[in-house]
Amino acid sequence: MLESIRNYLSSGVTPGEAGSQFWATIYIIAITLGVSLAVISMNWLERKILAHMQIRLGPMRVGPHGLMQPFADALKLLIKEDIIPANADKLVFWSAPVVVTMTAFTTFLVVPFGRTHAVTDMNIGVLFMLGISSLGVLGIIMAGWSSNSHYPLMGSLRSSAQMVSYEVAMGLAIVCAVLMTSLRSGTGTLSMIGIVEAQNAQGTWFIFKFFPLGLIAFVVFAIAMIAETNRAPFDLPEAESELVAGFHTEYSGFRWSLFFLAEYSAMLAVSSIAVTLWLGGWLRPFPNWLSGPAWDLAFSLIPGISFLVMAAGCLLGTIRMPKIVQMRAQAIGLGVFAALLALVGLVLLLPGVRERVQDIFWFVAKVACFMYLYIWYRGTFPRYRFDQLMKVGWKVLLPIGLGVLIATALVGMRQELWASIVGVLR
Amino acid sequence: MSQPIDTAYLDLDTKDKTFLDSTEMVLNMGPQHPSTHGVLRVILKLDGEKVLGTECIIGYLHRGVEKIGENRTYAMFNPYVDRMDYVAAVSNGLGYCETVEKLLNVEAPPRAQYIRVILTELCRIASHQVWLGTHALDIGALTPLFYAFRDREEILKIFEKYCGARLTTHAFRIGGCIYETYEGFEEDVKKYCTFFLPKLDEYEELLTTNRIWVTRTKKVGILKPEDCIALGVTGPVLRASGVKWDLRKAQPYECYKDMDFEIPTGLNGDTYDRYLVRVAEMRQSVRILRQAVDAIPSGPIMAKVPKVIKPPVGEVYHSIEAPKGELGYFIVSDGSTQPYRVRVRPPSFVNLQALDTMVRGMLVADVVAVIGTLDIVLGEVDR
Repeated sequence: MLESIRNYLSSGVTPGEAGSQFWATIYIIAITLGVSLAVISMNWLERKILAHMQIRLGPMRVGPHGLMQPFADALKLLIKEDIIPANADKLVFWSAPVVVTMTAFTTFLVVPFGRTHAVTDMNIGVLFMLGISSLGVLGIIMAGWSSNSHYPLMGSLRSSAQMVSYEVAMGLAIVCAVLMTSLRSGTGTLSMIGIVEAQNAQGTWFIFKFFPLGLIAFVVFAIAMIAETNRAPFDLPEAESELVAGFHTEYSGFRWSLFFLAEYSAMLAVSSIAVTLWLGGWLRPFPNWLSGPAWDLAFSLIPGISFLVMAAGCLLGTIRMPKIVQMRAQAIGLGVFAALLALVGLVLLLPGVRERVQDIFWFVAKVACFMYLYIWYRGTFPRYRFDQLMKVGWKVLLPIGLGVLIATALVGMRQELWASIVGVLR
Repeated sequence: MSQPIDTAYLDLDTKDKTFLDSTEMVLNMGPQHPSTHGVLRVILKLDGEKVLGTECIIGYLHRGVEKIGENRTYAMFNPYVDRMDYVAAVSNGLGYCETVEKLLNVEAPPRAQYIRVILTELCRIASHQVWLGTHALDIGALTPLFYAFRDREEILKIFEKYCGARLTTHAFRIGGCIYETYEGFEEDVKKYCTFFLPKLDEYEELLTTNRIWVTRTKKVGILKPEDCIALGVTGPVLRASGVKWDLRKAQPYECYKDMDFEIPTGLNGDTYDRYLVRVAEMRQSVRILRQAVDAIPSGPIMAKVPKVIKPPVGEVYHSIEAPKGELGYFIVSDGSTQPYRVRVRPPSFVNLQALDTMVRGMLVADVVAVIGTLDIVLGEVDR
């Protein structure tokens, strides 16, 4: 038993492939906690970044620079009164947030945080993710319908129509990437790990493949994924100025926070798909060009160093804090946070750790870029109207997706095509 | 959740019946709703997302301002009018003071007139800034709100330095102004003009050419010029429909006849045009401010007005161009110290009547956009 647990560490495959249930459980727990932590930090980051875009400070009171604000909010939500409207369908009302959260977390089963850092490597990985994440709309419809109120009903109807129409464009864009995997090997793959390895083997991220075809497919996916996760400028289902809070108008307290959790983890999930399909997943920048032991070492130091830089920033903030009694607790808190970051940074620099962890770092860093984009869009764009949203989905993204799919197939098969044309002419 | 809404009195025509004979959905929007700008209640009759008709229900903020006027002396009633359109309090005060001056047959001295124009134009910019921020917020753009409020702060600072109050200023008195300008008033206004124009470009950068903003506002809530006139709509909403009617030019009051400015008008009368017209109006206000500050004469700021105001028996109607449209006061005097009747013609109330014409056949999201573009303030609608 212990032997098999230890053997896995040197195997170099995912727990699912190795058949190690112990490690699979560990990974599931780690991913659940990690995603929850990411959602909590996204909560803080979104408020801070949005605030700074809007010449505000954002949360500043709870903890240093409002660092503890998400925890305070979570506590508030947990101890709030649990309200189920009198006319609501209680069972459906109760189960809707559970369905939404479950689907949002299940998608992370196949997300490859590194070559070995995924719960399992399914041969239908992308399909599985798409299928599960589109189940989330079921929970939204359940929430809207069971609330027995007009605003949630309209929100959920908008949401279902929106998700159905954007999934088509999204699927077409994904097929482009899957087609690209089949180029050198001859057989394509739907496995998330396989797709990243194909990018490594072909020596390019798929966003740059057949320039600009890969880029166009990526843009189609990037737009569709915002619509899929109901975020600005496609946040019609919860358009606060029209529908108050959309499908979760009648929810409060812990149930509402489950919707919040699901929304943000869905954002993380689709960003993970985008990173895996187009931005080389866990691969570090230029793995083929800048290869060799020296470069490997240099790149493996980056995760630790970046944490140390963040720690230095926090330390600077601690020093710059006003030296008054009222701010002492905040200064100490920020100092402790800096120490924590520095500790993480130092651990990441350890020889045994840095090789194993750097994949995760690069993956998370790329996903974080997408998260920043989400916040940026929210600070910049007005909201589309429902019919305009549908028009963008069906009349713009779908034809572009179809066109880019056909173009990718033709360009990918150009030699065979040429040969057959020449053959026919002869 | 006490009783179902009685919709029998709505009497909205329902031409768009489907063959499935589905029933219309009646959606109650407000009085507690994020984008009804206060406590407006709109009952929407919907076919899916399509609006078949609307019914506005007002009065949630009714404070009986007109009735209060009958029980106060002329001077005592002056601060109350500030509470009607509280984002453009200076304009309200100007309208009231001028009406009573007309009744008394006095005129404010030139210096007072210039101070009044400067403050009113600042107030117009401030009011338009509030409109811009909230309108953009309704359409989903979060950021312009904060930009607009940040820059409005500078105007409020000038108000505060001038008369001590920021929002409900009570800046003017019957017969002129009570406060002389403070040291550096002209410089402050000039500084504001140079500060504000780049900021206005900043707002425009976020919205004017933004694809989503344009699709959300173009061809939304179209109001034809003849409809405008039939409904009595005034102000930027009227001008965006192409009618060149601005009381500052049509029947100049104060020192507006000395000012050189243009009346921006739109072509299509849609939400986008109203946006452009208001932005252009802010630029024109800056133009007026610059001229007024340069030409401000010296002299007294108060006309000869008796301590106890007892206007002769009679009635008078006077209107000014408030930021939201024609703001009119009708005062009947019975020769006593208190008005016999004060009637206000608020621009928001009249403009709100155009809502139904504008949103019929549009979508729910457009109702929100149109309420925003009408620029209503419920304090003024309900009074």
